[in-house]
Amino acid sequence: MNTVIWIVLPYLCLAVFVGGHVWRWRRDQFGWTTHTSQLLESRILRLGSPLFHLGAFGVIGGHAMGLLVPASVTAAVGIPEHLYHLTAVWGGTVAGVMLVAGLVLLIARRFVNGRVLRTTTPMDKVLYVALAAMVVLGMTATVAVNLLGDGYDYRETIAVWFRSVFWFSPRSDLMAGAPLVYQLHAIGGFLFLALWPFTRLVHVWSAPLAYLWRPYVVYRARRGSVPAAPPAPAAVRDATTRRNVSPAS
Amino acid sequence: MRIRAQVAMVMNLDKCIGCHTCSVTCKQTWTNREGTEYVWFNNVETKPGIGYPKHYEDQDRWHGGWQLDGRGRLTLRSGGRLKRLTRIFANPDLPSIDDYYEPATFDKDILVSAPGGLNDTPVKRPHSALTGEPMAVEWGANWEDGLGGAHERADRDPNITRMPAEAAAKVRFEFEKTFMFHLPRICEHCLNPACVSACPSGAMYKREEDGIVLVDQNRCRGWRMCVSACPYKKVYVNHATGKAEKCTLCFPRIEAGQPTICSETCVGRLRYLGLVLYDEDAVLAAASVRDERDLLDAQRDVFCDPHDPAVRQAARDAGMPEEWVEAAKRSPVWRLISEYRIALPLHPEYRTLPMVWYVPPLSPVLDAAGAAGRDDTDADDVFHTIRDLRIPVEYLAELFTAGDADAAAGVLMKLAAMRSYMRARTLDGTVAQDLLDSIGMTAEQVESMYRLLAIAKYDERYVIPTAYSKDAAALEAQAAAPGGCSLDFEGGPGLPVDLTRGRS
Ligand code: HEM
Ligand code: SF4
Ligand code: SF4
Ligand code: SF4
Repeated sequence: MNTVIWIVLPYLCLAVFVGGHVWRWRRDQFGWTTHTSQLLESRILRLGSPLFHLGAFGVIGGHAMGLLVPASVTAAVGIPEHLYHLTAVWGGTVAGVMLVAGLVLLIARRFVNGRVLRTTTPMDKVLYVALAAMVVLGMTATVAVNLLGDGYDYRETIAVWFRSVFWFSPRSDLMAGAPLVYQLHAIGGFLFLALWPFTRLVHVWSAPLAYLWRPYVVYRARRGSVPAAPPAPAAVRDATTRRNVSPAS
Repeated sequence: MRIRAQVAMVMNLDKCIGCHTCSVTCKQTWTNREGTEYVWFNNVETKPGIGYPKHYEDQDRWHGGWQLDGRGRLTLRSGGRLKRLTRIFANPDLPSIDDYYEPATFDKDILVSAPGGLNDTPVKRPHSALTGEPMAVEWGANWEDGLGGAHERADRDPNITRMPAEAAAKVRFEFEKTFMFHLPRICEHCLNPACVSACPSGAMYKREEDGIVLVDQNRCRGWRMCVSACPYKKVYVNHATGKAEKCTLCFPRIEAGQPTICSETCVGRLRYLGLVLYDEDAVLAAASVRDERDLLDAQRDVFCDPHDPAVRQAARDAGMPEEWVEAAKRSPVWRLISEYRIALPLHPEYRTLPMVWYVPPLSPVLDAAGAAGRDDTDADDVFHTIRDLRIPVEYLAELFTAGDADAAAGVLMKLAAMRSYMRARTLDGTVAQDLLDSIGMTAEQVESMYRLLAIAKYDERYVIPTAYSKDAAALEAQAAAPGGCSLDFEGGPGLPVDLTRGRS
């Protein structure tokens, strides 16, 4: 059971994540978009979307820091454990609260506004459920266990397991003892990655940073062959009239 | 000097009867799909009026187009690159669907499926195309048609609010008596397109060969910055696909040497299509001229004379085929803009260098002359009206010359002089030399201008060379070389292109 959940599932999800993106990039450039709905509703979006996105960047950054940087490295650089913990908890909480507020606004917006509701696809709904579940689990872990509870040092267990997945020597034993919320959040995280390429989240990979260096006006040569000139309208008209006028038999 | 060609358009506004045929045929061709119900690549507005989308000309609000920054450098009015990226999560300048209008559809089924024997006629009700709910239709792309509702709204027309105070006050109280005209609008396929410049993903581009501005549907990522950056609001979000769409200048037709749908079907036959040659290296400087009143001349100066041998050689050197160089010489657009100088750009002060120009309407002035008890067939009376009844002229100046009333008046004088000259010529057989002198044109010029504007033969209105591609030009050169392969099959690039297919 441990093997399936902490070894097979992560690799399966990562495979879907990578394969899914390759497939979608090749097959569906036309669908690769933020699918903006600001045209239909702007008021809530103008508050919710920046909140959500900034929160998401914070949360993603925090995860990268917590999961990818081993505790030995931060210690070696000279960051005291206590300071690290404070930044992680408070920074994480601020980003988390922004994310939650933004997400609540964005989800509410999809229900409150009939126009947006109508353009919401089933995949959007799946995405919002997944996002909400992830955020609820993650916030529970942070608030219930770390802020209010006794605290749990995920950097010695979960983070090590997470990195071990990428070194291809997954240490499932480390996860077996983690608190349930953390376990669920970790499983959810990988499932979320597997869902990613099939949702509008693909827009993240198109973050238009190259715009900062590009010349303003883009020129492109037309490609493809030169079309043959069709007959002039007069010729078509005369041809049809002639056909119509001439007796059928 | 880097010579490029641009397929450009001129519309002769005096002839527009506001029939909306152009809008409808364009819609049937390009935007009769889910997600584009509210989109009109071609729309026809009544001026004065607030337009479609509402108040789109108010750049203090929408921040469309370009402006000069403190150091005189050209920047997008909505801010530089970095600022745009920080606002990407919610675009503060994006019009909402209500600024366009809520598209409606009708449950026509009810007319067919209603049971027999009813005492009342069944009525089809409007339903929102966005929510499916029943709705009241309260606005539309041409809601102000024929000054509809103008007494409530037209004084908020951005062109009026920008006019000198006393003239604006006059329009406010008298415009129903004074004037109105129709303004058909499509994408301007600008030389300095704000939409392309604001597109973060580089999905929008201007075609090197013919200058048509397009959205690559496979590369658009839905950042919707083009929509707000275009001062003419001629890029639209397709809310079903989440991508931007715009007028394509009907490029599949243009490539085949055919006029656009809106031109082909124009009832007033008032649209002209042809090439202009321009110097790409001069574009930025022309768009950056400090005084707005100088923009019109600066934009005219970007165009190169297709009769000048040096220009023609530069065009050939830039890879332009001979047909294009020839077509540029015969271009009605060049004649109207640069030779007769009677076509004007729409809002040159947006600094995008728009490529759809307009012959301004004389009718508001003639109406004003009539209303003032003058003879609108008498050149002197019309000249006087242009000079001292400033209202229509000031208004046209806001639209076409960045507020320079003298420049607008000069064009109207030419049109009025042409009218009187031809009247004298046709009715009395006399040549009114004084009229020619007053506008500094020769008899031949005025008569050929008259022919182009009034007779407007099909093959004089549209001089469109068929598309070429750089590859094809290379192949052609190869074929011409001894031992090269022959490409002279039907429709092949080696076949001389017949420019003069036409009808009248
Ligand atoms: C990398 C930089 C990113 C940029 C530039 C960006 C930009 C955008 C834009 C322009 C929209 C469309 C808003 C609208 O007009 O309707 C959007 C929507 C969205 N983005 Fe991002 N995004 C980024 C990263 C992310 C990340 C990291 C996430 C989450 C993991 C995310 C999740 C979403 C979601 C869920 C929506 C849909 C909002 C809604 O309409 O309800 N984005 N994004
Ligand atoms: S008018 Fe057309 S080319 Fe010019 S900025 Fe607007 S969309 Fe772009
Ligand atoms: S050129 Fe074509 S796409 Fe553009 S407005 Fe005219 S008909 Fe529509
Ligand atoms: S079809 Fe021609 S005359 Fe009719 S509204 Fe359009 S531009 Fe004007």
